Amino acid sequence: MRNIDQGALMKLNKILKNTFLVLFACLVLSACATSKKSTGQMQGDVYTGTDTVEYLASGVPDRVFFATNESVLTTASRETLRKQAAWLRKNSDITIVLEGHADERGTREYNLALGERRANAAKDYLMTYGISSNRISVLSYGKERPVDSGSNPLAWSKNRRSVTVKAN
Amino acid sequence: MRNLLILFLIFIVPTKALGLIEVDITRGNLNPLPIAVSPLSIDEESKKSFEKTLKKKDIGSEISKVIEKNLKTSGLFNPLDKNAFLQAPDIAHLKPRFEDWNLIKAQALITGKVKNVDDKLRVEFRLWDVLAGKEMMALAFTTVPNNWRRVGHIITDKVYERLTGEKGYFDTRIIYVAEEGPKTKRIKKLAIMDQDGANNKFLTLGNELVLTPRFNPTSQMVTYLSYFRNLPRVYLLDIETGIQEVVGDFPGMTFAPRFSPDGKKIIMSFAKDGNSDIYTMDLENRIVEKITNHPSIDTSPSYSPDGKFICFNSDRSGYQQIYVMKSDGSNVKRISFGNGLYGTPVWSPRGDLIAFTKLHKGKFYIGVMRTDGSGERLLTENFYQEAPSWSPNGRVLIFYRETKTDDKGEGFSAKLWSIDLTGYNERLVDTPTDASDPSWSSLLSN
Repeated sequence: MRNIDQGALMKLNKILKNTFLVLFACLVLSACATSKKSTGQMQGDVYTGTDTVEYLASGVPDRVFFATNESVLTTASRETLRKQAAWLRKNSDITIVLEGHADERGTREYNLALGERRANAAKDYLMTYGISSNRISVLSYGKERPVDSGSNPLAWSKNRRSVTVKAN
Repeated sequence: MRNLLILFLIFIVPTKALGLIEVDITRGNLNPLPIAVSPLSIDEESKKSFEKTLKKKDIGSEISKVIEKNLKTSGLFNPLDKNAFLQAPDIAHLKPRFEDWNLIKAQALITGKVKNVDDKLRVEFRLWDVLAGKEMMALAFTTVPNNWRRVGHIITDKVYERLTGEKGYFDTRIIYVAEEGPKTKRIKKLAIMDQDGANNKFLTLGNELVLTPRFNPTSQMVTYLSYFRNLPRVYLLDIETGIQEVVGDFPGMTFAPRFSPDGKKIIMSFAKDGNSDIYTMDLENRIVEKITNHPSIDTSPSYSPDGKFICFNSDRSGYQQIYVMKSDGSNVKRISFGNGLYGTPVWSPRGDLIAFTKLHKGKFYIGVMRTDGSGERLLTENFYQEAPSWSPNGRVLIFYRETKTDDKGEGFSAKLWSIDLTGYNERLVDTPTDASDPSWSSLLSN
């Protein structure tokens, strides 16, 4: 009786082990898949993808992204803003609003200030490329208007942004 | 056996009678005081007339329900089941049979009587110490019938004060932001309700984004941030008249408003050219004063109750921390030195503590520290929560909490919660919609 039981147990163990192996392999694969996906769209924690980006004109992206708690412009952001400045110089009747945003991982009031600081970082850069300050207004939304409603690092990286919007 | 019990009682009564029952609110209360709230008795005639005007079958028992709910949510009292009460409400109010109340383990008893006097609501109540067999308090109020819930709150305040030695917080209101719609296009309205969630009313229509309403501690005025015409500015709203006016109309964004303790000034942040500083505006003569002058973000200012100091949030050290300064802006001192980021400092109305939000290793905490930064205590941990506001007696904090969304970005909600200073008695505060940014009023009666 006991022997038979043990035999059955051994078999069961083997089956379990195999399923575990398969499960484990699945996990590893999916983990690879997700981490690849996120590194592909983020550098550090700055968003580098194009999912949410709209265009002011052909080849002129409308937004730049920031690292957590930061308002420093990345190399990519500066490139985007130079394109915007060139486009604005060509279209001198256009005025813009720079809308500064933060992710949901900060207190509301601090994020309002942070959004304002980010939009002004973009404004300062546009001004050094010859865009007059009276063509630019700044509006901070803090964390009030996320583009991605997710609660994960990728969603937050899309939400830390300054968006250039045509005002006229 | 019964004789023994009575003997024991007689023996214990004299010592107890020296200091009648007391509730210690300075510690987490794991043994709430058993209290019996006898339904307030009402004569047939009054009952009928109030049923007509108030659409409530028995206004006496409705008021006692308000009291019971208040006592229960305080976490300090355990209101006993009415089905176990042996004595009729009207007789208990005249002379309680203490043995009966003792039998169901009540230590305190509230009785009362409601009457229609010239179409007014007259309510009297008594608080009894069951063990000592003594009356502790007796009071009567007369008011317009529509005020019946407030009568329940005022009675709770009186009972709370008599038993704890500190003012209550029940006859108060909460102003907050009611939220609806998807996370990316949230619609926000100002809303106000009684402290227990009753009488909810929306004050704005939701056409523009509104944030961070705060009560004036001396009147029914509110200051808040509105995005009216896409210009984020600090506004003032008179709740009674509905009249609104802009107070922070500077060339930039004004935000994070709060009243001074005397209600005569508004302190707020003004952001321009990427820099936020703290300003005050005198509401009488509209004189504006700049209080901080630093290239960092200075925001979330809150006065000490004596008006002599201001605590605020600044990232001048590189990250969000809490600072205290004199009300003229001098003597700036950083007080938060623990691990993590600190925000939303709010000075307790008792003056001894500052409540805050802390972010550490991906978790958000509501906590308190002494005004010099010592004695930090974290009361609650969650995925996201912030913006504590003090009850007027400085014993309870109300704040809001947001949930994590799922992989599809769904399942978001924002709710109001309250917690005792002791860290016990955490409770969801019911609101008809999602809610955030709560602010607690002062006591309405006083």
